[in-house]
Amino acid sequence: MSAVLQTEAATRELATGYRLSVRRFARNRLAVAGLLVVVLFLLFCFVGPLVYSTDQTHTDLTQVNLAPSGSHWLGTDAVGHDELGRLMFGGKVSLLVGLAAGLLATVIGTLWGAVAGYAGGWVDAVMMRVVDAGIAIPALFILLVVSAITTPDSLGLILILGFVSWLVPSRLVRAETLTLKSRDYVLTLRAIGGTHGRAIFRHILPNSVSTIVVAATFQVADAILLVAYVSYLGLGVQPPSTDWGGMLSAGLTAAYSGRWWLIVPPGLAIILVVCAFNAVGDGLRDAFDVKGRA
Amino acid sequence: MDTFTYLTRRVLQALVVILIVTVVVFCLLHALPGGPARGILGPQATAQQIAAFNHEQGLDRSLPVQYLYYLRTLLQGDLGTSYTLNEGVFQLIEQRLPKTLVLTVLSALVGLLLAIPLGMWQAVRRNRPVDYVITTLSFVAYATPVYFLGLVLVLVFTQWLDWFPSQAPQGETLADVFAQPGALVLPVVAGAASMVAVFSRYMRAATLENLQEDYVRTARAGGSRPRAILWRHVFRNSLTPVVAMLGYYVPVLFGGALVVEQLFNYPGMGLLFWSAAQSSDYPVLLGCVLVISVATVVGTLLADVVQRIIDPRVKAGRT
Repeated sequence: MSAVLQTEAATRELATGYRLSVRRFARNRLAVAGLLVVVLFLLFCFVGPLVYSTDQTHTDLTQVNLAPSGSHWLGTDAVGHDELGRLMFGGKVSLLVGLAAGLLATVIGTLWGAVAGYAGGWVDAVMMRVVDAGIAIPALFILLVVSAITTPDSLGLILILGFVSWLVPSRLVRAETLTLKSRDYVLTLRAIGGTHGRAIFRHILPNSVSTIVVAATFQVADAILLVAYVSYLGLGVQPPSTDWGGMLSAGLTAAYSGRWWLIVPPGLAIILVVCAFNAVGDGLRDAFDVKGRA
Repeated sequence: MDTFTYLTRRVLQALVVILIVTVVVFCLLHALPGGPARGILGPQATAQQIAAFNHEQGLDRSLPVQYLYYLRTLLQGDLGTSYTLNEGVFQLIEQRLPKTLVLTVLSALVGLLLAIPLGMWQAVRRNRPVDYVITTLSFVAYATPVYFLGLVLVLVFTQWLDWFPSQAPQGETLADVFAQPGALVLPVVAGAASMVAVFSRYMRAATLENLQEDYVRTARAGGSRPRAILWRHVFRNSLTPVVAMLGYYVPVLFGGALVVEQLFNYPGMGLLFWSAAQSSDYPVLLGCVLVISVATVVGTLLADVVQRIIDPRVKAGRT
């Protein structure tokens, strides 16, 4: 009975804890602005094309390299695509791949870190040396090697990015697990015969939610940047599809001849979205009061 | 734990990490279409040639046995032969690595020299306009892809102002590189930007933490001038963890160099890697990955050891 009461009290405490965090987050102007920017960009890329419909699959050689005007607000590119429409079209890929890869990395990292921290001993030692090794190999280099072997589509890109960037979250979750696994409720669960899986999934992970959420936000920001790099190196999604990084690299030479509208919008879009995710991550970290990136 | 035990343990860990890296590279080598035979004989080799080569080199044996052979060749300093440049990978890297080191070390130095005072300034003026402005700028610098920044730098400083050339120093030797200091400016700035962003954040956090310590209060109560407290005590104590982060930052620096070298056509290891990726020159790709990973592991090891030596708190296990 008292155990039940305790759990209820704990749940209530947790709920008020989260309400406090939400309030703290709402007071952080930078973080709220970041959230707003993220929402606006999602609307822009996914709802925008319904309002502002453009042809992004066929080229139109009568409309190439037009400067911004009333009919093409951001001008057109070298094959006649409307640049504003392309910004929405490419943004879909950047945001989808970035979000999915960031979340995948967080899931892998969370499971890896939780198991390592919970198991302890040599299992932990081996698992963490694997993380060290992964961190020692720069992601950009691995991406180039993998892309030299195969040309990935969006799904492939998500998987590859997810599998090269789970390392930092795994370290954070492991640290969290180390402190949680010796708590009374975990020890009690083990004493009354609860399984390891139950300890990890019902107790340790739910109690690490704030760490995981914060890590995920930063992870998404980094994934969006990484997608932009991969496309710049010419190994991202292939034409006729594109993303912001691909638009930037396509516009590189155009920029030297003064066609700024081909690089400034995708460049600013990447910067704004990555800043926004980082600002949200910072806000969440301060609101939840967890340790993370400085 | 005494220093000797610690060192032994830490070095052993680093060796294990390097061993895991070799396993990863070995797996990548075998994931290649055609395997290592294709990598050595080149894309034009026939199936018969590949089979003969595989038998000759023992590549038809079990994977663990092959891995041991692979390790042996690595220990002999043999990283294979590039099949586009017709030169040993080891020799290629030996020629290019010093140039990349010049670029990364200069970027790191410029980055740190800017980031440390900026971070301290922010901490001292916490939540004032200066703090907000620098925070915003560092967010933007972090979020800007290096190649976009490089492009903007070239547009502004080469096309518009015509202050610096758009190409990095060319030439075979390091002397050639240093003979054209003006040409180094833009690549170094592009490489340093994200570093300033990240390390000013670290320095700000470390300084804020130290400013709240008891020793600062005691020094203040004892009548020390704030400036003296800041520079004599807080600066030193905040600097150690921040500089230690440098060891972990090595892979990021090399990743940045990859892009910067490609963008400014600087003939270092990044450009070597980039062109190898274009021509699927797998021995060069994997050789570079191996060298950079080992450099990172050694960098991390040095950072940990140096931090332990200069910061007595780490030894006592307080941080």
